[in-house]
Amino acid sequence: MKPSAAKPASTQDVLKDASMLKQKEMINAHYERLCAAPETGEKVCSTFVPGNLNELIMCFDLVNNLPEVNAIQSGLRRKSGAYIMEAERAGHSEDVCTYVKSDIGMMLKGNIGPTGKPLPKPDVLLLSYTGCFTFLKWFELLREQYKCPTIFLQTPYMADGKITPNMIQYMVKQLKEDVIPTLEEVSGVKFDIDRLREYLAKSARAEDDLVAVLQSAKNKPSPIDAYFGGIYYIGPIFGAFRGTDDAIDYYRFLREEVGERMAKGLGPVTPDGTMEEEKYRLVVEGPPNYTNFRQFWKMFYDEGATVVASSYTKVGGTYDFGFRHDPDRPLESLAEYCLNVYTNRSLPMRIDMLVNYINEYEADGLLINSIKSCNSFSAGQLLIMREVEKRTGKPAAFIETDLVDPRYFSAANVKNRLESYFQMVEQKRSGKGVAA
Amino acid sequence: MTDKSTAEIVARAEALYDDVDFTAAREWKAAGENRHVIGHLPIYVPRELIHAAGMLPLGIMGGGDQLEVIHGDAYYQSYICRIPRSTIELGLSGRLDFVSGMLFPSICDVIRNLSGMWMTLFPDLYVKYFDTPQTYDDEIGGRFYEGEMRELLEGLEGISGRKVTDDDIRASIALYNENRRAIRDLYDYRAARPWQFPAWESYLLMRAGLILPVEEHTRMIRDYIAAAEAEKRPIKDNARVIVTGMFCEQPPLNLIKSLELAGCYVVDDDFTLVARMLTEEVPTTGDPLRNLSHAFLHHSMSTAPKYEPDVETKGRFLVDAVREKGAEGVIFASTSFCDPALLDRPMLQNVLSEAGIPYIAFKYAENSGQMQPIREQAGTFADSIKLWSAA
Ligand code: SF4
Ligand code: SF4
Repeated sequence: MKPSAAKPASTQDVLKDASMLKQKEMINAHYERLCAAPETGEKVCSTFVPGNLNELIMCFDLVNNLPEVNAIQSGLRRKSGAYIMEAERAGHSEDVCTYVKSDIGMMLKGNIGPTGKPLPKPDVLLLSYTGCFTFLKWFELLREQYKCPTIFLQTPYMADGKITPNMIQYMVKQLKEDVIPTLEEVSGVKFDIDRLREYLAKSARAEDDLVAVLQSAKNKPSPIDAYFGGIYYIGPIFGAFRGTDDAIDYYRFLREEVGERMAKGLGPVTPDGTMEEEKYRLVVEGPPNYTNFRQFWKMFYDEGATVVASSYTKVGGTYDFGFRHDPDRPLESLAEYCLNVYTNRSLPMRIDMLVNYINEYEADGLLINSIKSCNSFSAGQLLIMREVEKRTGKPAAFIETDLVDPRYFSAANVKNRLESYFQMVEQKRSGKGVAA
Repeated sequence: MTDKSTAEIVARAEALYDDVDFTAAREWKAAGENRHVIGHLPIYVPRELIHAAGMLPLGIMGGGDQLEVIHGDAYYQSYICRIPRSTIELGLSGRLDFVSGMLFPSICDVIRNLSGMWMTLFPDLYVKYFDTPQTYDDEIGGRFYEGEMRELLEGLEGISGRKVTDDDIRASIALYNENRRAIRDLYDYRAARPWQFPAWESYLLMRAGLILPVEEHTRMIRDYIAAAEAEKRPIKDNARVIVTGMFCEQPPLNLIKSLELAGCYVVDDDFTLVARMLTEEVPTTGDPLRNLSHAFLHHSMSTAPKYEPDVETKGRFLVDAVREKGAEGVIFASTSFCDPALLDRPMLQNVLSEAGIPYIAFKYAENSGQMQPIREQAGTFADSIKLWSAA
């Protein structure tokens, strides 16, 4: 094994830091705004990343709060373990999704956000039921505590691989007759569809740039890591910034940066600098582990493995298949957005996507990070693995961790699995077949 | 009036329950031309539509503890419940090779994803994920649901080559209304005299309803009620409990028997909800899909997989059931790794605590073998209830 990441060189590092800094600034400012809501009088709407209707939420001057992102922050800051235990002590089962328990544990311990200040109580829960059953129970649990209005928006599951008129009509009706009137009531702001159109047009601009960034990974070497790095890239658009000028600026900037890296033939930026040699190109299915995020990533870049496409970076929208928010069809477009998110796609669609990624991004194979918490992602992944292997002839591997529960991250196991996987890829390349 | 004893009726139900090859459904299919069996998973599908299409709905509740799972484990990680793996086993071992279609209702992400697995593993079969509404306005969730039902009907018509008329559906609704009435009676009798109508027997009868034609099942229940009425069974000093959380993966029969042996009369439960989901008669005049939709939206059981729109109503169904059935406590029996049941549990427990209703909780799997811990826990619970009520 030879380390293939160079120590930070000045210019590259500045480039990396520039977009990162911009994002950091945006996120900090957002958390500041959120935490200041009780003083400023701004109202807070909690919702989910898949099916996040940020443009609509902004139409009512509400501040978007995403409990999933808070759980990720708790994971990255290594606080989630204690929060999860707190929730379990309060009666939550060890078997259920740890995002929920991290959030509930955080609430029980004073709801201190990443900036060290308490997060405000939501004024409304927008239960966007998209791609995950657990969402439904999660917000029932929060509603029990906060006793605030809760709006339910059901996104039908795209089981047959298509969006039917019945699905769109259902969603648009819910938006018109329930979601929007309740948001008006909670916020005291009248709905203005032109304001929504304006935000949607802005979303589409940022989405174009995001797609260009993600697709830059088709290049060899790839200038980005589309999983570990990709998680940073999707942050603003999956979070509270879709539809804002900030997001437009961020993605334009990022696209330029990535373009420059590509022109120079540079590999992805890692926490240890630029990755020098691209030895393996992988497609990854499943969310990452956040409690040991850096350590996990390092196991890849130390081996010269770049992730060129991932499904996780599509949980907040599958823009690379052409979907864009459309100001001319505002409500229909919001519905289509929700319907299209990765976790709302049928298993055969997911298999097709991963097979296409392997082919289009000329990847060496598929790696599945199976998350204990997440039935939405995980149930069926072993079949996905077999099918993708069968259809591409490329080796696949399976590792098991959790999103934010440190008890389920075993560095030694993961490392062993990865090492034998890279050997499998080598064997496959040298025509010796795939070891069992 | 029947001349059969409860033992005979229960033996027949138990034979059906034990038969993981679904011979009765195979025989039904073989008994006529162009007959089709449609499998469905928990929690709820409007079986009336399958019946109206001239087909037999077959409820599949996994493989229980009777089925040896050989292939199924290779499809699931250790932290996923058992029912999908034993269901896969049923499919891969050819035990479901006679069904013409499979329906996967919206209950959770595991069953949801299983629908796609089925499409991948059995590409020539009619497979439908059946999405029920989680919003309860007739013009919104209702319209969507009617659309889903129409799609299902089209799928079934495609299999049989025969159009289903509104009258066909109305006639089926009438038969299922009768079946629901019989089941309601059975549950009412059980709550009133649980020693006379043991829970494990009624469980087997309910399971029989997942495979028998509806008319035959209604008869079976009526016969059983009559036979049980005629028999004298000893009254025990048991505590009266409701079990909840068993709506999908089913407990082993022994678990239900163990609860009774441990001193609990199970006076209500949420096993095999498909037959009890609609709580009132569905009108047999007017638009049948509208009627089925209206019944689901406004007169259906509360259960973890369904969203409860009103925070004040959350969990009330359990308190109401305790009052109506004269129960003294609740047992939360949840499948291991079952997100719907386990995430719902703390909210229901809070409601019970507020109402001063005692409860205990444990987890099980369909193939749980060791009943001793559950028996002990249930026994202690029963004793404490009795002490409590004596105090
Ligand atoms: S089950 Fe999966 S998608 Fe759902 S909240 Fe948990 S981690 Fe997120
Ligand atoms: S037991 Fe629970 S988690 Fe498993 S399939 Fe059934 S509802 Fe889903």
